[in-house]
Amino acid sequence: MTQATFSIRRGGREGGELVDYETEVSEGMVVLDAVHQIQAESAPDLACRWNCKAGKCGSCSAEINGKPQLMCMTRLDTIDTTKPVTIEPMRAFPPIKDLISDVSWNYEVKKRIKKFKPRPPDAEDGTWRMQQSDIDRVQEFRKCIECYLCQDVCHVLRDHTKHDEFMGPRFLVYTAALEMHPLDTENRIDELKDEFGIGYCNITKCCTKVCPEHITITDNAIIPLKERVVDEHYDPLRKLVKIFRKK
Amino acid sequence: MATNLVTITRRGFGETARTDLWWVTPLLTFLGFGAFIVYSTWAALQGVHYTYGPYLSPFYSPLIFEAQGQALSGHSWFGLWPAWMPNWLPLTPALLILWAPGGFRFTCYYYRGAYYKAFWADPPACAVGEPRHNYRGERRFPLILQNVHRYFLYVALIFIVILSYDAILATQFSDGFGIGVGTIVLTVNVILLAGYTFGCHSLRHLVGGGCDVMSDKPVRQGLWNWVSKLNRRHMLFAWMSLFWVGFSDFYVRMCSMGVITDYRIF
Repeated sequence: MTQATFSIRRGGREGGELVDYETEVSEGMVVLDAVHQIQAESAPDLACRWNCKAGKCGSCSAEINGKPQLMCMTRLDTIDTTKPVTIEPMRAFPPIKDLISDVSWNYEVKKRIKKFKPRPPDAEDGTWRMQQSDIDRVQEFRKCIECYLCQDVCHVLRDHTKHDEFMGPRFLVYTAALEMHPLDTENRIDELKDEFGIGYCNITKCCTKVCPEHITITDNAIIPLKERVVDEHYDPLRKLVKIFRKK
Repeated sequence: MATNLVTITRRGFGETARTDLWWVTPLLTFLGFGAFIVYSTWAALQGVHYTYGPYLSPFYSPLIFEAQGQALSGHSWFGLWPAWMPNWLPLTPALLILWAPGGFRFTCYYYRGAYYKAFWADPPACAVGEPRHNYRGERRFPLILQNVHRYFLYVALIFIVILSYDAILATQFSDGFGIGVGTIVLTVNVILLAGYTFGCHSLRHLVGGGCDVMSDKPVRQGLWNWVSKLNRRHMLFAWMSLFWVGFSDFYVRMCSMGVITDYRIF
């Protein structure tokens, strides 16, 4: 058992400050354990969102020593606890209280993406036939737990607050899962370019780095979507081929 | 996407709560790219010491014309430097062709992410404050031109064929077939460049990534799987090929200048 100091953001929707709390830490503890211990010992009013403690619900997203991470999956032995450990809420979203951010913007964005529209069923019983190899690509995207760490670290949202023009990596992954689905017949390319601002992504790969589910967001979702946008809007040769094919 | 957002506190340039050495990677990227740009520009402007026996520097390949004032080396496609070429321009054979591989790398998805961070600080590193308030991304001119990447890819694929031919030619010494250290240098160069080019994101899209159903297209499925494998190592190949193409020029140059001796293995 050793003593460690945690500098935790305290405050409401405006302002806020880092308050130091000391608590005993031991082998095997994660950051969320320390936060719960602090709640029990010295700050019962400390607000913190959590649920599964197993890295699957995506609730306890925070910035630990400035890095967007899940508190329940960040072991204390991976952090230097000889210095104060900073814990802040996600900065890309407005704070509500202490470690809780208002992530409701994400739900609004999701509602605006065109829904899954399958082709007519392949069989009379209303079912479809797919090859596993065709669905492999999409299954990676289904691992997303919607922790919004990728949204938080994305500088387009975090630093440039383009929430009105850019959907963020989480929803580019979501759109990729729909667009690349072998049964889907909907086209979302125009919206990706205009309404959802895929061109704002400048491929820094920060979203991939913070993903707790290790989804290769940039290489497997965003860049393939960017290429599809190029197909439709920026490739004159392809347009020419399309015209001749139609004839 | 109007919402009930309240103001998010924006951080200043370099401001972060990160305690790790976040500045090391962008600094190394800056130094690595910077060193390559300085060396390759210098080498391309020289117009001398670009061949040595059967070796041709990759910076000068394809050698369309010999450089001004240089004798025929046997590598040139169309002979000596033409008289109609304007003398007032500091042109060399390298400058006639380097726009293609240069453009391919400049518009590469990996390099874009890397140099936006290292040269533009946009952002300097993940979760670190930026110097500018305005941001247009790749939606507007000039960065919208990055979408031309696939056209540079088409040219880069032709360069792989040409450089492969150069590697074969590098075995044809004046006394017949042989292998020198330079042959190995030029062969490794084309292997690394091929690893980088065949792992390109645009190629991955073109061979099959644009299809939602590939199970009924076995050739495209196979190609997509193969390109995807290389794509997972795209950064590694990008750096290795960048270093090696510069080293290949350096090796040929040093041999040509008589600074080092090219050893024949057999």
